[in-house]
Amino acid sequence: MSDADPSATRIKVNGVDRTISADPATSLLAVLRGELGLTATHFGCGLRQCGACNVLIDGQAVAACDTPLWAATGKDIITVEGLGTPERSHPLQTAFIAEQAMQCGYCVSGILISAAALLARNDDPSEAEVRAALDGNLCRCGAHNRMVRAVLRAARQARAA
Amino acid sequence: MSQATSASSAPRLPGNLAITPRLSRWLRVRPNGTVEVTPGKVEIGQGILTVLAQIVADELDVGLERVHLLPANTSRSPNEAVTAGSLSVRDCGMALRHVCAEVRAIYLAVAAERLGVAAGTLQVCDGMIAGPGNLRTSYWELADDALLARDASADVTAKPIPARQLAGQSVARIDIADKVFGRPRFIQDRALEGMLHGRVLRPATPGAKLVALDTAVVEGRPGVLAVVRDGSFVGVVAETEQAAVDAVARLRGAAQWSEGFELPDQTQLADWLRSRPVETTTVDKREGATPGNVLRTMRRSYTRPFLAHASMAPSCAVARWGEPALEVWTHTQGIFNLRADLAVALSRSPESIVVEHMEGAGVFGQNGADDAAFDAVLLARAVPGRPVRLQWSREDEMSWAPLGAGMAIDIAAELDATGEIVGWRHEVWSNGHVSRPGRANTPTLLAASQLAQPFERMIATNPPVSSGGGAERNAIPLYDFPAWEIMSHRVLEMPIRTSSLRTLGAFGNVFALESFLDELCVERGEDPLAFRLRHLQDARAREVLQAAARRAGWSGRRTSEGTGYGLAFARYKNASAYCAVVAEVEAAADIGVRRLVAVVDVGEVINPDGVINQIEGGAIQSTSWTLKEAVRFDRKRILSDTWETYPILRFSEVPRVDVEILARPSEPAMGAGEAAQGPTAAAIANAVFDALGVRVRDLPITRERIIAATG
Repeated sequence: MSDADPSATRIKVNGVDRTISADPATSLLAVLRGELGLTATHFGCGLRQCGACNVLIDGQAVAACDTPLWAATGKDIITVEGLGTPERSHPLQTAFIAEQAMQCGYCVSGILISAAALLARNDDPSEAEVRAALDGNLCRCGAHNRMVRAVLRAARQARAA
Repeated sequence: MSQATSASSAPRLPGNLAITPRLSRWLRVRPNGTVEVTPGKVEIGQGILTVLAQIVADELDVGLERVHLLPANTSRSPNEAVTAGSLSVRDCGMALRHVCAEVRAIYLAVAAERLGVAAGTLQVCDGMIAGPGNLRTSYWELADDALLARDASADVTAKPIPARQLAGQSVARIDIADKVFGRPRFIQDRALEGMLHGRVLRPATPGAKLVALDTAVVEGRPGVLAVVRDGSFVGVVAETEQAAVDAVARLRGAAQWSEGFELPDQTQLADWLRSRPVETTTVDKREGATPGNVLRTMRRSYTRPFLAHASMAPSCAVARWGEPALEVWTHTQGIFNLRADLAVALSRSPESIVVEHMEGAGVFGQNGADDAAFDAVLLARAVPGRPVRLQWSREDEMSWAPLGAGMAIDIAAELDATGEIVGWRHEVWSNGHVSRPGRANTPTLLAASQLAQPFERMIATNPPVSSGGGAERNAIPLYDFPAWEIMSHRVLEMPIRTSSLRTLGAFGNVFALESFLDELCVERGEDPLAFRLRHLQDARAREVLQAAARRAGWSGRRTSEGTGYGLAFARYKNASAYCAVVAEVEAAADIGVRRLVAVVDVGEVINPDGVINQIEGGAIQSTSWTLKEAVRFDRKRILSDTWETYPILRFSEVPRVDVEILARPSEPAMGAGEAAQGPTAAAIANAVFDALGVRVRDLPITRERIIAATG
C-alpha cells in the first residue's frame, strides 16, 4: 500500500514513521505483532487487565490490546524494542539484568514500559510509588520484588548519569 | 520417576543417564569452539538452562558462553519425561555432570595419544588442552562425534567439590538479556515462513456436545481458509490471527450445544467431594509400639478450592502437517509424553512426529500447553505443508486448561491425659492431581474426547506414593508421632477437569497439617517452634526451623494488636527440599502479608540466586493462592475466565520475602521449585490466627472467610 493511500494509517513506532494498511479498527497490538513484526509486546488477556501488552503512547503506558489503530494515529509509540538495545540499553533494561528481575519474563516487556512511564514523570520514586505504578501489571511467577528493586536501581542510575 | 534397579552392586549411572546412557544423546563437541547440549528437560521460567550450562562448563572446563543449549526435541534429546516435580537438577543435571566428566576423559585420552604424553599430564582451560612444554591441542581441534557414540560407563567420577568453579555461583541467567531487549524467545513470538493462524471454538460448557453448526456464517469471509469440524471440535484456519478470532466469534453465535456436565455446588465443595464414588487407598499406617491411652480426640476439617494455573500467556503451539513428519512446536513440559499422546490420538507412529520445545510463560503444572498443541495439529491437518500457529484466548486459558483439584482434608489427633499425641489420622478427598499426556493408552488431550470418534475422557489419577503421591502428597507427617493412619479418597467423577498444579496435594495437606499443629499448640499453650522441634528427629529439618526462627526474630507470638506471626514447616514430598516459613501479617480491613522469612535446605546448590528466585516466587505465588484464589463456577460453567473473575496478588499486595539457603554442598541436589508453597500457606493462616484469634480452615483466607469463621 502506498503512502498516498488515503485509507492507510500513519503512526510513529520507535522513532520511525510507519504507514499501516490494516483496518483502522484493528488493535494496535495486532498491528505491532503482525504487520510490523515487533513481538516484544505480548498478548496476555485482550481486556486491558494484565499489562503484558503495554506500550508507550506519547509517554503514557497504555494497553495495546484494546487500543484501536485509529486511536494511535499520529502518535509516538515506543515498544520494548525501541526502549534500548544491548549497545545502548535503557537504565531499566540494565537494572533488570543486574537484579535478574524475572522468572519466565513473559510479563516483563509490559512491566518495563510501565516503569519507563513512571521514571519519565518521577525520577526518584519511592518503593510504594513503584508498586503503585506497576499495580496494573500482573506477574504469575512471583518475581515482583526483584522487579521493584530493579526499577529503584534504574532510577538511581539514571539520576547519577 | 522411574529408577533403574540392579540386582548387582555395580555403581549406577546418575539421574536420567541410567535411562539414556548414550553420550551423544546429551551433547556434542563442535569444531567451532562450542559445546552443544541437548537436554530433555525444558525451560519453564525456572532458570534450568543456566543451571545445566553451569554444570557442563564446570565439568568440561570451558567458558559458560561456549555452552549452547538446544531446544529439547524428540528427534535428538534424551527422553527425560516431564519437567516437573523439582527433579531437573537431580535427574538431568547430575546426568550431564557425569556425561561431561566422561567426555572430558575421552578427549584427554585422545589428546594424550596425539601429543604422545600421559593423559594425567594434561590440563584443560576453556577447552584448550595443554601438556608439558608447549604441547597444545583443544576439544575443538579434536572434535569428533564418533568419540561419543558410546554408552556412559559407571566408573567415571566427577570433579571434587572444591575443583568446581561455577557450581554454587549465582551466574546470570542465559535467557534474561533476550527477554529485556524483546528478542523473540517465546513460542507466542515464533514466526515461520508461510505461517497461518488458527483458533478453536470451545463448547459452551464443559461436557457439552455440538448439536448444530452453521458454517455459512464464515464461508467466504476474508482471510478464512478452512473451518475444521470433527465431532464437537470446531476450529478455523485463517491468514491472520485477527481473521481467525473474528471467524470463531461468528461461529460461536452459529453453534448449538447440548447440556454439559453438572458441576458441583461451589459453596458445598467438601460435601460434594465426600459424597462422590471414590477409590480409597491407605497411604501409610504406623502402629504404635504400645497403644497410647487416649483421653480425647481433636478433629478439624480443612479445604482448598479448585485453583487455576492462570498462566500469563494463553497457551500456544505451532504445527505443520508435513511429509513425512508432523512437526509441532510447543511449550509442553514433556515433549515425549505429548508425542506419545499425539501418536495415539492420530493413529500414527511416534517416530513420524517431531515435537520441539519452545519457551512459554512460567509453567506451574499442566496448563493448556499440551491441549493447544493437539488443537494446532488438528487445524494444521486441514492445510498440509503450511505451519499453523494457534493461541488460546484468555477465557479459554482460564476455563479450559486443567485446574488444580479441590481438596477436603480431615485431621484427627488422639491425645493422652497430658495432651500429647498418641494417634493421628489424616484423610483427604480429592479428584486425582494428574492427567498428563503420554502415560496411558488414552490421550488426555482436551480435544481427544470431543472428536467424532472420541477417546474416553480420562479421569485424573494420582502418582504412586513412592514418587511423592498426588492428592496425598505430604499427608504423611514428618513428625515422630507414635501411630498414624493416612487415607486418600480419589474422587472418580470429574466434571471439572483436573491435573498437575505446582506441588499437587502438598499445598493443601501442608496447609492442613501445619494449621492443625498450630491449633494443638494453642490448646496446649506451647510455643509452635518448641512443639515442632520436640517431635522432629531429622537434624536438617530442625535446622531449617531454628534458622527461620532466628532470622525472623521469632519470639513466640503476638507482639502488637492487629499484627500476627505464624510458623510452618515441610519437607517437600517428605524426601526433597526442607523449608520453614515465618509469616508476619497485618489484619486491618483486609489481611495483608507484610513479610515472609523462608529458610531452605535443598542440598547442593548450583545457582544460589536461582534457588532464591524459586523460593521467593513460590512464596509469593502461594500467598496469592492463600489470600485470593479460588476458581468460581456455577452448576454449568466455570465463571473465573478473566483476571477480574480470577484475581491474583498484585504488586502492592506482595510481601517482602527474605530467603536463606542452608549450605549443604556435599548433599544431593533436591530441587527448589515446590518447597515453599505449603509452608507459606500454613504460616499465613497461623499468623492470621495470631493476629485475630480466628482460625480459617477453608482457603482462601478472605475477609468473608474470616467473618464466617468468627461466627
